[in-house]
Amino acid sequence: MNRFLPDVLIHTTEMMKNKHVAVIGGGIAGMEAASVLARQGLKVTLVEKQKATGGKLNDWHHLFPDFSSPGVVVENLDKKTVRAGVNVVCHTEISHIERNNGRFELSDQRDVKIFADAVIVASGFHVFDATLKEEYGYGLFSNVITSVDFERRMKKHGKLLTLQGTEPRRVAIIHCVGSRDAKVGNIYCSKVCCITGIKQAIEINKMLPECEVFCFYMDLRLYGSKFDSLYLEAQKRHKIQFIRGRLSEAAERPDKSLQLKAEDTLQGRPLRMNVDLVILLVGMEPALSNSSLMRNNQMKPDENGFFRSVNMHEARNVGTQEGIFMAGTAICPMAVNETLENARSAALEVMNFLRTDKNHGGF
Amino acid sequence: MEDFSFLNPGSRQIDFDNFDDRLLLYVLEYEPSFVTCISCGGCTATCSAGNLTNFNVRKIGLWLRRGETEKLSQEIEKCMFCGKCTLVCPRDINIRNVILLIKKRISELKTENQPV
Amino acid sequence: MENFIIIPFTVGLIYLTLVLIYRFVKWVRGLSKLDKLRLVQSFKIRRMLRSLKEVFYEGLLHRKIFRKNPVLGYMHMSLAFGWFLLIVLGHIEVMAARRSLLVPFYLPVFFRYFETGTTFFASGIFSFLMDFFLLIVLSGVALAMLKRFKKQLFGMKKTTRLKTGDRMALTSLWLIFPLRLLAEGMSAELYGNGSFLTSSVGHIIGSFSSESTNLVLWTAYSCALGFFFAALPNSRYMHIPTEVLLIFVRNAGIRLKKRNNTYTDIQVFSCSRCGLCLDNCQMAAAGINHAQSVYILKNIRNNNLTDEQLFNCLLCGKCEVDCPVGINTIDLRITQRIESTLQYNSSYNYLEDLPARKASTIYFAGCMTHLTPGIIASMKTLFHMAGENVWFMDEEKAPCCGRPLMLAGQHDAASKLIVNNTRKILGSGAKTLVVSCPICYKVFREDYELGNVEVLFHAEYISRLIREQIILPGKTTTRIVYHDPCELGRGMGMFEPPREVLRATGKVIPVKNEKQMAHCCGGSLGNLKISQQERAVLRNQAVKDYQQYLPDVLATACPLCKKTFARHRGIEVMDIAEIVVSSIRKSAEVVPVKASVKEEAFAEELV
Repeated sequence: MNRFLPDVLIHTTEMMKNKHVAVIGGGIAGMEAASVLARQGLKVTLVEKQKATGGKLNDWHHLFPDFSSPGVVVENLDKKTVRAGVNVVCHTEISHIERNNGRFELSDQRDVKIFADAVIVASGFHVFDATLKEEYGYGLFSNVITSVDFERRMKKHGKLLTLQGTEPRRVAIIHCVGSRDAKVGNIYCSKVCCITGIKQAIEINKMLPECEVFCFYMDLRLYGSKFDSLYLEAQKRHKIQFIRGRLSEAAERPDKSLQLKAEDTLQGRPLRMNVDLVILLVGMEPALSNSSLMRNNQMKPDENGFFRSVNMHEARNVGTQEGIFMAGTAICPMAVNETLENARSAALEVMNFLRTDKNHGGF
Repeated sequence: MEDFSFLNPGSRQIDFDNFDDRLLLYVLEYEPSFVTCISCGGCTATCSAGNLTNFNVRKIGLWLRRGETEKLSQEIEKCMFCGKCTLVCPRDINIRNVILLIKKRISELKTENQPV
Repeated sequence: MENFIIIPFTVGLIYLTLVLIYRFVKWVRGLSKLDKLRLVQSFKIRRMLRSLKEVFYEGLLHRKIFRKNPVLGYMHMSLAFGWFLLIVLGHIEVMAARRSLLVPFYLPVFFRYFETGTTFFASGIFSFLMDFFLLIVLSGVALAMLKRFKKQLFGMKKTTRLKTGDRMALTSLWLIFPLRLLAEGMSAELYGNGSFLTSSVGHIIGSFSSESTNLVLWTAYSCALGFFFAALPNSRYMHIPTEVLLIFVRNAGIRLKKRNNTYTDIQVFSCSRCGLCLDNCQMAAAGINHAQSVYILKNIRNNNLTDEQLFNCLLCGKCEVDCPVGINTIDLRITQRIESTLQYNSSYNYLEDLPARKASTIYFAGCMTHLTPGIIASMKTLFHMAGENVWFMDEEKAPCCGRPLMLAGQHDAASKLIVNNTRKILGSGAKTLVVSCPICYKVFREDYELGNVEVLFHAEYISRLIREQIILPGKTTTRIVYHDPCELGRGMGMFEPPREVLRATGKVIPVKNEKQMAHCCGGSLGNLKISQQERAVLRNQAVKDYQQYLPDVLATACPLCKKTFARHRGIEVMDIAEIVVSSIRKSAEVVPVKASVKEEAFAEELV
């Protein structure tokens, strides 16, 4: 026993060792929260529906604003979870959380059952399905891709080509696709798309210096500390052009290039432009599993469909069902660094909860 | 002769304390949704009439807010009511009704013989 | 002199007759010259008989209401037809009693008061029949009272709201027949001239029987009648005489032609406010309860129609389907919109004579379709397969078709666009104009004068391609529910071609609310006032209904319906053109022989 700790803390530390926490979702939020808890001596099970942890970051090429590799982030998190002794269960999609006698019972569609004293929901987000904006032609015109497709292509091939196999001479990046759009039922801002668009624009320019890149935006929301300097760099060094206007529709021309219609609102005139490639900055939506995860307990959605916190300032990770906590983009859209911070705070909330859990002693 | 309109500040400044808000108040009463406009320009870009002439739906809303009734009564004529603007608006503004209300009110003000 | 009891009745009747003559003359005189000619020409025996038949079926028997709602139908029939028989039989009875064809007009009404005891040919049968029909009318009155207080019993969601004039007429109408029963019962007790009903009632109230109570009851009866007649012209019961005129005028082929004339008045006064249109109107689900056809008709009549009501209508046409009087509610409403916006039509001076391209076929996608590029892509594929020389007229620049302006009541403005488009269509020398939007289709068919150019809806065009085996769609087991767009189905009566096309590609599931009773998707351009949230309510309601049939895909033939349903996200929506094109691709990709062999082998294993 650690003789520097007061008796009461030794007692709780011992007690905490018998506590079991289940973390739903093996993305970066889930991994971070799980490893923090396990390092504190708790038993932690991390449940992931895919074959491996890492979540959507596995598909990502570069992170904003420093163009660092998401692979390294995932790798480090993997190491941390292993080292801390987290029990990682893959290929399992939890669909129900029920509370029985003060403990939680998690189950999937088959027969997996996991019992836990507390739960962290880190189920992440769902990428907006761009086919819902039919007028943008995603899924219909082959040279219309999403920001996610861009990252995948870059990761896989390291280069960006049109469907015909040529280097694009002109690319349009469309902001706010599936975000801030009542027509698709999402009135909130996904927050990370603006900076993602600028990052991708710079990457294109670095790769194809001859290629003109245009960003069509409604408002540029560059909230992060390093984001505006990236915006500045995009304008100064990379000659990215920013047009304030929302794309209304795209049409495919016989040569598979695309004719875009938008208004250059600062000029006050409609604008037509032919481009070789369109990148849609698709927003973040509540994960599809949210409603089933909320069904058998007191968890509630917020007005946008994400998990509702009991208090958005002081207890953002605390769900409306006592004992269930949230981490990362299950709460709202956020960037990688915020997600990791958020996951750590979720872990802390869980520890506080288990320590003061009246049914099991403590102070 | 050069037009030194800059000598007359009234032509370049918005006189916020004295502007004709009759039209604005009327539209606000029956279609308050138009105040949520964020000037994204989607309506202007998609506009069938704007495709044929220099008609700008988005500016209709801006002029309405600043009481530019004279400009409005000229421009509003150009709308074809096709409804595409309403269909692309990310704020779900019922633009067709805004146009209808403006047209109606302007014609009423004209017949009431009040200076428009 | 006890004859004074006929005074209230007589005064009421004379007043009513004068008002009716005045109004009917005014209405007929107000028709256009051409319409008057039509009316005169319609006075031919066969057409008159047809109209009379309709008056009998709809005005007396209320066949249409019966079909929709038997209890409500019985209520209307017992009141109208029962009363009618009482009048006719009453006259015959009096003629039999007096042995004369000429009898005082009031006598059949007060026969049992004046005729105290004489027997005549078949008088027993007469009094039996009169009692019998009185009973039927009374059952109708009872049902009417019940309906006012317990509308659900009639399968109705709503009844119309009443105003003072109606309330007076309604009260007196409800009083007439119970009073007649009491009066005749009393007379039966005193003079023994009743039959099974009146005698028994007389027996029950026998203890009060006296000449003076008898007189009081008959006076009350006369007053109720007179009061009803006097109140009738200013109440909804004006529909009873007006409907007869409406039937004759309508059968003469008279319609509203974009402007009001007295045919508007005839239709307005013919509305019985039965409320069937309320039940058919989807907008109630979104909490819109002030703009339905019955209220529009009422407010036109009362001269207090507001824009907020007039323009808050999807123009889906569902109310028209079940209107027992056959009022053209959509025409009527659009005409009111035209009248209300006369002062602010646009001239579109900026329209240029853009050059026409020579082609054998023109494709006009329409404004909305530019927001559903999937439909355009499919149409292009089909044209390519058909090897057509097609001019895509509005690919880059073209005015709108004009229909949205029509729906907004701006008829003059719409005709400016129509002229511009017509010039180009005719200039191209095309023989066929293909449209894929029902909104455009309706205006091209109804308001354009395109000479020999055949206007085809894409469903017709595609089914022609399939029939001529130019395209070969592959039939699958896909479950398809087809949504009839309002402008195409009820608006143009086109129900079969889209279904025909779909049957070539999959399994078309029949649904309860289809064709004439199809839902509106909620996206209608007809409604300028409805909010997007309210539209969503209507859309969700329709989708929920369709989802019951577990379709793999919801098919429609309108870009606006497609766009509206796509916002729901819970159901896959496709245009018929897209479904056909995707089925052609599939049937080309799959090697059919091998696939079928595989399936057979699998089937054998199962056995």
